[in-house]
Amino acid sequence: MNLYIELLASTIRMSVPLILACMAGLWSERSGIVDIGLEGKMLIAAFVAASASAVFGSAWIGLFCAILASLAFALVHGYASINQRGNQVVSGVAINMLAAGLAVVLGNEWFKEGGRTPALPPDGRFLPFQFPALDTLPVIGPLVRIFFEHSILAYVAFLLVPLTAWALARTRFGLRLRAVGENPHAVDTAGISVAALRYRAVIIAGVLCGIAGAYISTSLSSSFVRDMTAGGGFMALAALIFANWRAWPALGACLLFGFLQAVGNFAQGASVGGFQIPVQFINMLPYVLTVVLLAGFIGKSVPPKASGLPYTKDR
Amino acid sequence: MLRRSLLAAVAALAMSATAALAADDKPAIVFDIGGKFDKSFNESMFNGSEKFKKETGIAYGEFEIANEAQREQAIRNFADQGYSPIIAAGFAQAAALEKVAKEYPDLKFAIVDMVVDLPNVQSIVFKEEEGSYLVGLLAGMASKSGKVGFVGGMDIPLIRKFGCGYAQGVKAAKADATVIQNMTGDTGAAWNDPVKGGEITKGQMAQGADVIYAAAGATGLGVLQAAADGGALSIGVDANQNYLHPGKVLTSMLKRVDVAVFNVMMSGKDGSFTPGIKVLGLAEDGVGYAVDDNNKPLLTPEMTAAAEKARADIIAGTIKVHDYTTDNTCPVQ
Repeated sequence: MNLYIELLASTIRMSVPLILACMAGLWSERSGIVDIGLEGKMLIAAFVAASASAVFGSAWIGLFCAILASLAFALVHGYASINQRGNQVVSGVAINMLAAGLAVVLGNEWFKEGGRTPALPPDGRFLPFQFPALDTLPVIGPLVRIFFEHSILAYVAFLLVPLTAWALARTRFGLRLRAVGENPHAVDTAGISVAALRYRAVIIAGVLCGIAGAYISTSLSSSFVRDMTAGGGFMALAALIFANWRAWPALGACLLFGFLQAVGNFAQGASVGGFQIPVQFINMLPYVLTVVLLAGFIGKSVPPKASGLPYTKDR
Repeated sequence: MLRRSLLAAVAALAMSATAALAADDKPAIVFDIGGKFDKSFNESMFNGSEKFKKETGIAYGEFEIANEAQREQAIRNFADQGYSPIIAAGFAQAAALEKVAKEYPDLKFAIVDMVVDLPNVQSIVFKEEEGSYLVGLLAGMASKSGKVGFVGGMDIPLIRKFGCGYAQGVKAAKADATVIQNMTGDTGAAWNDPVKGGEITKGQMAQGADVIYAAAGATGLGVLQAAADGGALSIGVDANQNYLHPGKVLTSMLKRVDVAVFNVMMSGKDGSFTPGIKVLGLAEDGVGYAVDDNNKPLLTPEMTAAAEKARADIIAGTIKVHDYTTDNTCPVQ
């Protein structure tokens, strides 16, 4: 019983960075900017969060610096793909590689621990809320442990989903943003700046990736190690495609992927009918299911029409 | 004619240059993935090398592997420059070392954690099962729930060997104890994933484990952190990791790779280097368990006495700890 409760709590922990990155991708791609660089932005944010938090001893300063760093990378991507009309995939890949290398080089230079950052004190981390008095109650206890004993960043992630869905569907800004991802010429004709709208989307993506990175290094973990995002950015992209670029389905997809990761971590050594499930099988489960679900079950996924296309004004 | 003599002169120069370098007999070490600051296996060897440098004043060559493709290049590069002995840290370097060692029969090589059977290679392997047995014994005695955990890094026989020795020690302390064994992954990335290590640890704690042994390189940092956060005890590995969370790390399974590296470097300097297999166990002080101010309050006199008795019995041969790698099975689960 305990294990199942912890499994569900772990599902939520593992989903949080995916949700944040997925929402970042959603904003960016809905405006027509393909963002392969989610992984790199999260990674540099994770590194900066852990470094700043270690130096200043405050998780909040860490979070702030992480958002700035991720934002800087997002603006580079924005400049390359909006102003320079570059290939957005290439720019995204460049960001991933730059982040992976830069984090280790700077980390080694600053802390001399081979690219790792020092272990953080409790003040330097976003610790989960604790309700020891409620934990042991029947019914309420398990629910509290599953849903309420997470760090504050987890709730930020979950609040972002309805916020994103509402903003994209109901606000003027959201409608214009979606229009720019489908038909930028029409938006331009209406006298609205395509570049400004796309920059705003890229900036939102940068901020969200910053929070995701900070969550990974200062809440899930207590220091940065190289490549610690471990492909989470790509899983978020898969979830985005899986969810057909919509916020609520994206939440479902992220929770599913988070659940599979949690199962991979927890179900090792479990046996079914006396036959022990090999570790390798469970570890590959998230990836196999991603491929199977993408190939077979969601049908046609339709990206925003202008996605990945640089906008050029007609003469 | 002129060209030929020029060539000969260049060749002669090059040869004398290598000879001059080789005569220095400077040692070199190639660290494995994880890096020399992993607070564990590699860092321990780095400390051994530093000790050599401090005592002899001889600088050594070093290289940190960043990806698989660099192994052979790094070793060959040192061989080209005439470094000797060249130490390859970790089982994963065996193939690369074997290739290069064959091409440079005059240089001396050493490998840690693997056997390479060549006349110029010293292979250093440890009886991890013996040290793991002792920390398992301590874990079994310290556990209140009767359940303990083991988090391995990459799923390979070497790491199963740690887990198997540990399980035997736990059962020796409490015959009905449960040992929950998990591996982090199947690739080199499993040595460097503290988030996953932490999650696995939380899963083991949810199943009731209250002492958790990590043999997983940098992944173990996540294990130790999660155990400290969740109120369980942890056991470190390779280097003494007791200081990482004082009062919350029961002990560390010491694997004296620092001593091994220091000895190889010294033997290269004074000419006593011998090829062949060196097996370091409890009797040779190659493995052990760490006691310092950080974990003294956690170890009761009975626990220390039991561990010391087991150590003596293993050295005397009255307790035989099964080595997983001999038959890829473990007598206890």
